[in-house]
Amino acid sequence: MNKGEIVLETRNLSMHFGGVRAVDSVNFTIWENELRCLIGPNGAGKSTFFKCLTGQIRPTSGDIVIRNLQVAGHQSHEISSLGVGIKTQVPNVFDGLSTEENIWLSARRWHNTAHANRLTTQTLDRLDLGGIREKTVGRLAHGERQWVELGMVVVTEPWLVLLDEPTAGMTYEETLRTADLIKTMNETATLIVVEHDMQFIRMISKTVTLFHEGKILMEDTLENISSNPVAREIYLGQRSNKLEQ
Amino acid sequence: MTIFRDMRATFTIAVIGILFMVLAPTVLELFAIINLTTAIALAMLALSLALVWGYGGILCFGQTAFFGVGAYAYTVAAINSGDAATAILIAVVVAIIFASVLGYFMFYGRVSDVYLAVITLTVSLILFSLIRRTSGPEYKIGDALLGGFNGVTAPPLNLPWDRAYFLFPEHVFYVAMAFLIIAYVFTAWLVRTKFGRVVISIKENELRAELLGYDIRLYKLLIFMIGAAIAGLGGVLFCNGVGRVTPDVFNLYNSALTIIWVIVGGRGTLIGPVLGAFGIFYLTSALGTQSTINNNLILGIILIIFVLAIPKGLVPTVRDWMIERKDRRIQRVRERRIRTRRTRSSTQNAEGAGE
Ligand SMILES: Nc1ncnc2c1ncn2[C@@H]1O[C@H](COP(=O)(O)OP(=O)(O)OP(=O)(O)O)[C@@H](O)[C@H]1O
Ligand SMILES: [Mg+2]
Repeated sequence: MNKGEIVLETRNLSMHFGGVRAVDSVNFTIWENELRCLIGPNGAGKSTFFKCLTGQIRPTSGDIVIRNLQVAGHQSHEISSLGVGIKTQVPNVFDGLSTEENIWLSARRWHNTAHANRLTTQTLDRLDLGGIREKTVGRLAHGERQWVELGMVVVTEPWLVLLDEPTAGMTYEETLRTADLIKTMNETATLIVVEHDMQFIRMISKTVTLFHEGKILMEDTLENISSNPVAREIYLGQRSNKLEQ
Repeated sequence: MTIFRDMRATFTIAVIGILFMVLAPTVLELFAIINLTTAIALAMLALSLALVWGYGGILCFGQTAFFGVGAYAYTVAAINSGDAATAILIAVVVAIIFASVLGYFMFYGRVSDVYLAVITLTVSLILFSLIRRTSGPEYKIGDALLGGFNGVTAPPLNLPWDRAYFLFPEHVFYVAMAFLIIAYVFTAWLVRTKFGRVVISIKENELRAELLGYDIRLYKLLIFMIGAAIAGLGGVLFCNGVGRVTPDVFNLYNSALTIIWVIVGGRGTLIGPVLGAFGIFYLTSALGTQSTINNNLILGIILIIFVLAIPKGLVPTVRDWMIERKDRRIQRVRERRIRTRRTRSSTQNAEGAGE
């Protein structure tokens, strides 16, 4: 299954909270230009795995290697500074600031003021956020705030993008647009997307990794996973109807 | 709050400050001018907390520690060197170093907000009780006796090129006011730079700022050190206004007072806490002349009123109210224009119908 250079790899990655093995010896590999979806039932450990990758928590044990760089236990800003774009499950935006200011702060991390101004305007246009440009982000609808956060990721032109439930709280139209955006990003970046929404995964996915009780249970195409009886049983107890759609 | 702002309001305020600086000595008596110098020193302390708490989101309950350290460092250095300019520089540097050590442990140790408030307050109170105990002749730094409870007499400012020439109280007032205006313009500029904007963004959402790739520990440490420098300079002005420095600068009352200035004046503005410091300084001195009601009781009542009724503080509340009024005026003009247009067209129609 070799598809070129390995972009990110974990070896025996574990994260334990007391007795809870939220992530349990996970070996995960993603190759360049891949678009990988992580799925799994609630509490499977997807977000915990994601937080280990993004430096939000220090894993109990194991390695995380991003482009030959050992990053387990590194700070979030160090991982982000490698050129990794990150969106968390709970939207993390600057609620007291405007849409434009939010995106500018992201662009300014990488570019001088003039260039950051230009990139901000371009991104606002590209994501069609011009209408809420000067609005305070804290007052926006949930879906719009998700888009502002996506804008902050897009504007930095990352080569590795990590998204935790990007479509949560979005309308159907917004979800469609997000799928398009993710596909466009995938032209220049490798992506890992944690998702629940099966319809959405169907729109974007190539390979899907199924998490269960902190472990990777399966890694395959969505078709194969959704026709696998074990996978249906586990993941899908509560949402089998969704899978069948 | 917004990070895209221009400096127009800042310059207006600076010009008003300069006018005040020039005019105050011509109308006020000497005693009032000396008093004013003390108020300016406190306003400087308020400005430093406005920056650190209001913009940096760092609830430093012991900002007075840097103020007091600045005052003591100035006094000790001035007694030993005999030169005020050197002493001022030393005071500011000592305050910065002190903040860098304290801040390093707090920010790189990722101490949470509540603990940070407790730690900074505790540091201030520890200094209070330590320096109170320095009354013996053995507590001497160079030629400077620390004097314990009674404090030390602070040598007045002198001219950098003529150590024998001590400044008159009016001149000390000019120096203090000039420092305050410069510090105000500097901080207003600072919060508009990239550095300042990132600091504001950290206050808004630490995790997001980190995920964008900003090392929030470093930014917090730097803004904390800048705040300490300004507070330390305030301490220098304070001991020049009062003529001495005592351990009381580190006491709980002053720590709490600093927080109250910022709450009353308004977080997220720089001029608000400055005005808050002036206002409460003059209010307490006016109250000091009467004895019917306890001073602290009134301060407490003011604090409660602000927290409950004007939580944003004076300046932001007034600013919002003015913006709202302006919006309403624009709205009214627009409606009137539409109405006149409508009546005009209806009269035309009526005339048309009459023909
Ligand atoms: N900080 C924490 N302390 C203790 N337990 C935690 C912590 N974070 C997560 N857990 C536990 O770890 C397990 C995995 O949680 P996680 O949030 O990673 O799941 P998830 O797959 O993202 O679920 P969801 O689909 O609901 O987002 C859960 O049992 C959760 O209760
Ligand atoms: Mg999750």
